[in-house]
Amino acid sequence: MEKIIFYILALLMIVFAIASVSSRKMLRSVIYLLFVLVSVAGIYFLIDYNFLGAIQLTVYAGGIIVLIIFSVLLVHHIEMELEVAKTSKKILTGIICAIGLGVFLTTIYSYNFNVVENSISTTTEDIGTKLLSYGNGGFILPFEVISVLLLAAMIGAIIIAKGKKLTDKIN
Amino acid sequence: MNHISLSITKNIHNWLFSIMPEGAASITEMVLIALVYLAIFAVAGLYLVLLERKVAAWFQLRLGPNRVGFKGLLQTMADALKLVSKELTGTDRADKFLYNLAPYFVIISSLMALAVFPFTKEFQAFDINIGIFFLIAISSIGVIGILLGGWSSNNKFALIGAMRSGVQTISYELSVGLSLLTMVLITGSLQLSEIVEVQKNGWLIVQGHIPAVIAFMIYMIAGTAETNRAPFDMVEAESELGAGFHTEYSGMKFAYFFLAEFINMFIIASIATTIFFGGWLSPFGVTESIPVLGVFWFLGKTLLIVFLMMWFRWTFPRLRIDQLLTLEWKYLLPLNLLNIVLMALIVWLNLTIQF
Repeated sequence: MEKIIFYILALLMIVFAIASVSSRKMLRSVIYLLFVLVSVAGIYFLIDYNFLGAIQLTVYAGGIIVLIIFSVLLVHHIEMELEVAKTSKKILTGIICAIGLGVFLTTIYSYNFNVVENSISTTTEDIGTKLLSYGNGGFILPFEVISVLLLAAMIGAIIIAKGKKLTDKIN
Repeated sequence: MNHISLSITKNIHNWLFSIMPEGAASITEMVLIALVYLAIFAVAGLYLVLLERKVAAWFQLRLGPNRVGFKGLLQTMADALKLVSKELTGTDRADKFLYNLAPYFVIISSLMALAVFPFTKEFQAFDINIGIFFLIAISSIGVIGILLGGWSSNNKFALIGAMRSGVQTISYELSVGLSLLTMVLITGSLQLSEIVEVQKNGWLIVQGHIPAVIAFMIYMIAGTAETNRAPFDMVEAESELGAGFHTEYSGMKFAYFFLAEFINMFIIASIATTIFFGGWLSPFGVTESIPVLGVFWFLGKTLLIVFLMMWFRWTFPRLRIDQLLTLEWKYLLPLNLLNIVLMALIVWLNLTIQF
């Protein structure tokens, strides 16, 4: 039965990914993208990575998609449609995509995947300890680097949003 | 996947597996459970609407609905039947596909959340090991339905309502998440059944004393804001925006939005019950020998918190949008972060109250 669910999810992902890039209405493409991301979360739940699945739902479906919808609501009117690109551009994009897909597929098919006999689902506790451990296989360095990066991004956003007032004070 | 072992369900389970192959039987079982939940919560949602109207009437010294059925008990049932039979209308040049899709986002996300609650020890459809986090993840999907509904109606009031809702939900989601995280520091687990198990040594609001009470207050404020109810109902402020994002919806599609609001209120109250007030555990373990009574305790506590939220609605005036954002970002969020540190200290120094 898991096989059937996997194929249904895979089919949904492919169909909605194609629909997302080919739709001419902006908000509809965003919603198709949402369906792709939710299907990815479904795959995570299927392989028992519940934590990763929930992260996928909160961060991508609940966070990023909502932000994208917000920007679409601000700039896009309901009657507008996206332009169709020139034929030369279409061909160029098609060739680049085909090359990318080729590289991707050759890498996947040349790699020898090992089947891991692992039916234990990772607990949140394990993930937390690994994230903060500085021993072997710990993730403390990337964790700290990412938190500094996010802090910098947040401060940057605040500076940009407040920019005018700050320069006024200097003058 | 389905940890249901009440004796009736056990019999049905065995019977299904005896007449069907394994795959088909488990699918049938899932469908049956889904149908039972749908039926229970559609009716429960309708009765919450009735309760809201009765409470509103009581606060305003009126009688409330009292004509249909005994003391108006069938009023909301009749309303639902009326809504089913109404014509589904829509605006000209609306984006029909998204317009029709939006209500399902809202109702499905709130119904999905119901599956993880332990109503009593044995009555839980899906005991996932990331319980609380799953609830937070699911509740972040619902807002997409509101945004879509508001935009695709092709109505500027609906659009403004949707934008307000987006701002509000994104902000207050943080507070809900962080206040629940404060409590997870005590339990050390995200799984809802285990959280209830921990509370056999005293409900978490007693175990965690000061920071737990602060967390509960923040949770109730943020939870009320997340369900878009008064005093945080800028989304559908009647005097400013018509009916907000669902202005253009009629019939069953309007009913989905309406029902989802009440089910969300029930969900917020259920989370509060499970995390802060011991879920299905009875006070001082008075009915520990009769596990079936857990449902009674769970529903009792939940309805008390639901009543509290209705009390808010009919007592407080509506906030302005800037006041709403100031409250969240300048007061609740810093307080919440401090509270987490305080709770961590208390857990670290073993200052929790255990019975």
